[in-house]
Amino acid sequence: MGEAIVITSGKGGVGKTTTTANLGTGLAMRGHKVVLVDADIGLRNLDVVIGLENRIVYDIVDVVEGNCKLKNALIKDKRTEGLYLLPAAQTRDKTAVSNEQMTKLVSELKEEFEYVLIDCPAGIEHGFKNAIVAADKAIVVTVPEVSAVRDADRIIGLLLANEVSYVKLIINRLRKDMIDAGNMLDIDDTLEILSVDLLGIVPEDSEIIRSSNIGEPVVIKAETPAGIAYRNIVARILGEDVPLMELKKEPTGFLSTLKRLFGRK
Amino acid sequence: MGSWANFIQKLTGKNQTKDIAKERLKLVLFHDRSEIPPALVDVIKDEIIAVLDKYLDIDRERMDVELTRLGDEARASASALVANIPVKGIKKPQ
Repeated sequence: MGEAIVITSGKGGVGKTTTTANLGTGLAMRGHKVVLVDADIGLRNLDVVIGLENRIVYDIVDVVEGNCKLKNALIKDKRTEGLYLLPAAQTRDKTAVSNEQMTKLVSELKEEFEYVLIDCPAGIEHGFKNAIVAADKAIVVTVPEVSAVRDADRIIGLLLANEVSYVKLIINRLRKDMIDAGNMLDIDDTLEILSVDLLGIVPEDSEIIRSSNIGEPVVIKAETPAGIAYRNIVARILGEDVPLMELKKEPTGFLSTLKRLFGRK
Repeated sequence: MGSWANFIQKLTGKNQTKDIAKERLKLVLFHDRSEIPPALVDVIKDEIIAVLDKYLDIDRERMDVELTRLGDEARASASALVANIPVKGIKKPQ
């Protein structure tokens, strides 16, 4: 029996989908059987972030409406052994899947997979409730900005009220230069404000946009800062004790620009 | 920004916007969590003054009325209205 983990944030655009794609890929790379569930019906994006958009035949709504079997809607990622995607429907809205249907679907997936990662839509309405209803654990993603931290606090409150007792935080897009200048909330500030356990940090990394451009999660590459950060978080999910990574300034010098231009395909 | 600029900024203490962010967040989250709108405290404050003013000569300059969290637990819903209202004397009945 696997476990279902919802990745949520309240605010949009803080990196839920990128986090889901990277943690799922990372867990599969460590030899686990993983399914990513895109619960953002009507605004699906997990498929493009992970590069599987051309292989969708059926989606989550087809499954709950009985148009296809669950296994027919699952897309196997050929690059990463053990990784599957259940895409959201793009032409429907959040009401197309009920809480009961989601609960049944997730419990079926948990029989087959060790990890069921649910990519939650932004907001606190039906789509959010639907994404958390069957979750055993929650990972809240935030960025060090007042609006995102405020929304994260609201989400944490709602998760606890809905009896999701395991709630951990990922602080995304930290910038060392801004923290050093006293212009960005640091890790301790954010944890003090939200009073929640930290699962990990992810530094700002331009490699994230490059990776979403080509549809390949950064966790696959070992050397990029965000890739290392996601690997660390994956190890912590697996129960390993990994120290927090040290934040470094994103290289902007002439040499590193040359490296960036010529060093990679 | 270069490291020198950071250094000078640290020395002068200018533009440390994260401290402002932190204070603002703490206050806004307190109201979010307690579901007590910020302006309500002002309304309560005015009414308390109106009542006290009938009987006592209070020092408005030095009075302080604010809503605070009760206990250390950040997610605890209990809050307290703490009022410190210096009294200069009793009002003589007219």
